[in-house]
Amino acid sequence: MANPLSKPRWSPYLIGASIGILSWITFGLMNKALGTSTTFVRLAGLIESLFSKEHVAQNPYFAKYVVDKPAIDWQMMLVVGLVLGALLSSLLSKSRNVERVPELWAWRFGPSAALRYLGAFVGGVLVLVGARLAGGCTSGHGISGGLQFAVSSWIFFVSFFLAGIGTAFVMFGKEGRRHV
Amino acid sequence: MFNFDTPLNLVYGLLTGLVFGFLLQRGGVTRYRVILGQFLWVDHTVLRTMLTAVAVGAVGVYGMHQMWDISLHLKSTAILANICGGVLFGIGMVVLGYCPGTGVGALGDGSRHAWFGVLGMLIGAAIYAELYPLIKDNFLAVGDFGKITMPGAAHLSPWIFIIGLAVVAVIVFALLRGRDLPPKETTPDSQ
Repeated sequence: MANPLSKPRWSPYLIGASIGILSWITFGLMNKALGTSTTFVRLAGLIESLFSKEHVAQNPYFAKYVVDKPAIDWQMMLVVGLVLGALLSSLLSKSRNVERVPELWAWRFGPSAALRYLGAFVGGVLVLVGARLAGGCTSGHGISGGLQFAVSSWIFFVSFFLAGIGTAFVMFGKEGRRHV
Repeated sequence: MFNFDTPLNLVYGLLTGLVFGFLLQRGGVTRYRVILGQFLWVDHTVLRTMLTAVAVGAVGVYGMHQMWDISLHLKSTAILANICGGVLFGIGMVVLGYCPGTGVGALGDGSRHAWFGVLGMLIGAAIYAELYPLIKDNFLAVGDFGKITMPGAAHLSPWIFIIGLAVVAVIVFALLRGRDLPPKETTPDSQ
């Protein structure tokens, strides 16, 4: 039998079930819920504090997560581990995908890497403002909140999914489906 | 500011992240085309992965919650903020091609454009921190019901929701079976 570690893709059901079981461990053993987007708040606060400590100290949002708190915490290490885990997986299966401009983007907006980088940047800003407004992202709300049947998380899930489908069709149209 | 959590929590976090990142990459969701494929309804990897994770996760977490009284970790329901945040997030996720977790994973997977997405996310967090004092008492308070769950609000057993979700998931998986458009060959070094 082929070594499963060298198989570049696993079944989404196996991956999903494994993430579900990973949640059992984080809830049961670590008393934590999977999440990632709060780390960006902590990291932004830490970086800003290098320039103006007072500004960060006076901000009520940073006060919740950064000021006099262990800002370098479980979730921040999770985010570090995420990069390394994905790197490890891509190396073990030799599937690392160095990508500058995805094909679908290039088909619609041309091969310019600068334009794609600008798009990624703007998308990133929207993603994090949205996540913090809603109180979580695809992991914190989508998975952790979803599995607890939190009302907030299911509202978020339906909202982002429908908005995403609408945006995808506005940006790429029906024709885009053939260029994914 | 630069304070550290306990060593145990840091190690636990790192290990959790390693496993999570491994799974996301191996599941294909650290790829732009898989994420966009879901929103363009040609590749249902994201939906299959998430629904399975939620259904399986719910069994263990509610089981342990009832047997051993482990804590839930709920986020507040503030309807207007949940909806507006979700809509912004959905638009951003399509423009970027990743969410925060998969975007960070994509850095490890080799994506160069994901670095600009992560930079944007940091700026987004900083922007939100500046907006927060302005919206805290008005906007964020609209439809604020606190940390509620569907079973709690309906006064029903969570197991009704878990079984219901499992049934819905199986039906969705059956309906989506074979509906993915065949993937184009991936070009490892597409420019």
